[in-house]
Amino acid sequence: MTPAVEISQASLAFGARMLWSGLDLEVAPGEFVAILGPNGSGKTSLLKVLLGLRQPSSGSVRIGSGRPPGYVPQQRAMQEALTLRGVDLVGLGLDGHRWGTGLRGLRERRRRVAEVVEAVGAQAYAKSAVGKLSGGEQQRLRVAQALVGEPDVLLCDEPLLSLDLAHQRDVSALIDKRRRDAGTAVLFVTHEINPVLPYVDRVLYLVDGRFRIGEPDEVMTTKTLSELYRTKIEVLRVGGQIHIAGAQSALCEDEPHHVAS
Amino acid sequence: MTKIFDFGLTWQLLNYPFVLTALLAAAVLGLVAGMLGPLIVMRRMSFAVHGTSELAFTGAAAALLVGVGIEFGALAGAVIAALLLGLLGGRESDRDSVIGAILSFGLGLGVLLLWFYPGRTVNKFGILVGQIVSIETTNIIVLLVAAVVVLLVLAVIYRPLLFASVDPHVAAARGVPARTLSVVFAVLVGVATALGVQIVGALLVVALMVTPAAAATRLTASPWRATLLTVVFAEVSALGGIVLSLAPGAPVSAFVTAISFLIYLVCRVVAYRRDRAARVTSPDAPRVASVAH
Repeated sequence: MTPAVEISQASLAFGARMLWSGLDLEVAPGEFVAILGPNGSGKTSLLKVLLGLRQPSSGSVRIGSGRPPGYVPQQRAMQEALTLRGVDLVGLGLDGHRWGTGLRGLRERRRRVAEVVEAVGAQAYAKSAVGKLSGGEQQRLRVAQALVGEPDVLLCDEPLLSLDLAHQRDVSALIDKRRRDAGTAVLFVTHEINPVLPYVDRVLYLVDGRFRIGEPDEVMTTKTLSELYRTKIEVLRVGGQIHIAGAQSALCEDEPHHVAS
Repeated sequence: MTKIFDFGLTWQLLNYPFVLTALLAAAVLGLVAGMLGPLIVMRRMSFAVHGTSELAFTGAAAALLVGVGIEFGALAGAVIAALLLGLLGGRESDRDSVIGAILSFGLGLGVLLLWFYPGRTVNKFGILVGQIVSIETTNIIVLLVAAVVVLLVLAVIYRPLLFASVDPHVAAARGVPARTLSVVFAVLVGVATALGVQIVGALLVVALMVTPAAAATRLTASPWRATLLTVVFAEVSALGGIVLSLAPGAPVSAFVTAISFLIYLVCRVVAYRRDRAARVTSPDAPRVASVAH
């Protein structure tokens, strides 16, 4: 079975600085991989490479099927009066990048959008202006926007940031359900693993050019993270959740944090 | 001004070929302005449109002085403005002041050029506020060709441009060439603005390029419906403005702006009342934030 994502001996440098190198990762279809690490560790840059916006400095990074991946960004405030409804936002995810007016095939487009809107449970507000929706509602539509093209890979860039706990749980559960139903591989960049911990198959933890790949039980341990951060890190398991103490010293602020900065 | 209601005179004047030509020009302009309008409002380019029209005025003034057709001068001025603004006004935080600086320089230069022009005042006034008698047959052909080109180019870039305008982050992630589209769109707006200078004058092109779209986007969040409404409002303003100005012989643009502003006010009232009703009848509906626009 062809892997959904194939990263082989890849490296990425920002000028003189090496973000990561010698990265080998094969993501199976339907697998949920959480990408963790402090700011500046190159998590978002890895997504940029997978989106085709950047080339790796060496090695290869490819989507197995060659089809463009779905992309769920961090929730951003939108102008309240923006002339865009939920269904329009989702529709843009299908063919917004193609030339022309999009008037041909309108019915088909509408059908596919309605289908995916229902799949994410956003029917009640999909016809409303997106600027008037809450963060959780917007992120649901973002998931729909990412999935409408039926991608084989879903790239998520901190999609739960600034959502309240209930919505974090909803959106995570939604992404998990969709990947199980459709066998979509998920690469989920986040700085906080707990909301998705029940769904994560493997973790890719990036720190300062070094990385570890493995199941949460292997990677999220005091020993592994201390080695990775090269400083004393305590990993505590409290009530099914993972808490990391002592990671502040590894923060690195000078890298652009989001995909299109 | 009571002559507005002299329908007999208006009807009589409507039969003159130059008036019919002006109406055709206005109809074409209304269509083009209507198609571009929503995107201008979505991209928050209203001030840039104004800046472009001021430089179209400068170009027209230069053309008048040199003895060339003013539509070519307006076109040159508008396209230069569009390129300047498209290339220089990159970050939104700077854009405001960049436009202000370019606009005021252009306007001052235009004033100087007009002062040099020894000809009739009505021609000078015409550049500023429109003069339907000046739209002759040759000009109408240029207008039609330019309008067709603008609409064709817009049709090709429409989807990715809309994407980049309303959802820039994800559009960039999907590889949409936002910068290039910005410049192309700015040039299209420049050409449309130049077309408008002849009919409504440089000062008030904004009335057709921005106000109808501002009104339409109050009523609907659907980009398609907003575009349709914008075209309707722009046509009503442009054609209505000309018809009303015929009998009294007053400047066209005064009536065009009055009609388009009236439409805008009506739309705001309608939107306000609709939003208030929505809040009252369905308090559990998705958070429709207080609409005190």
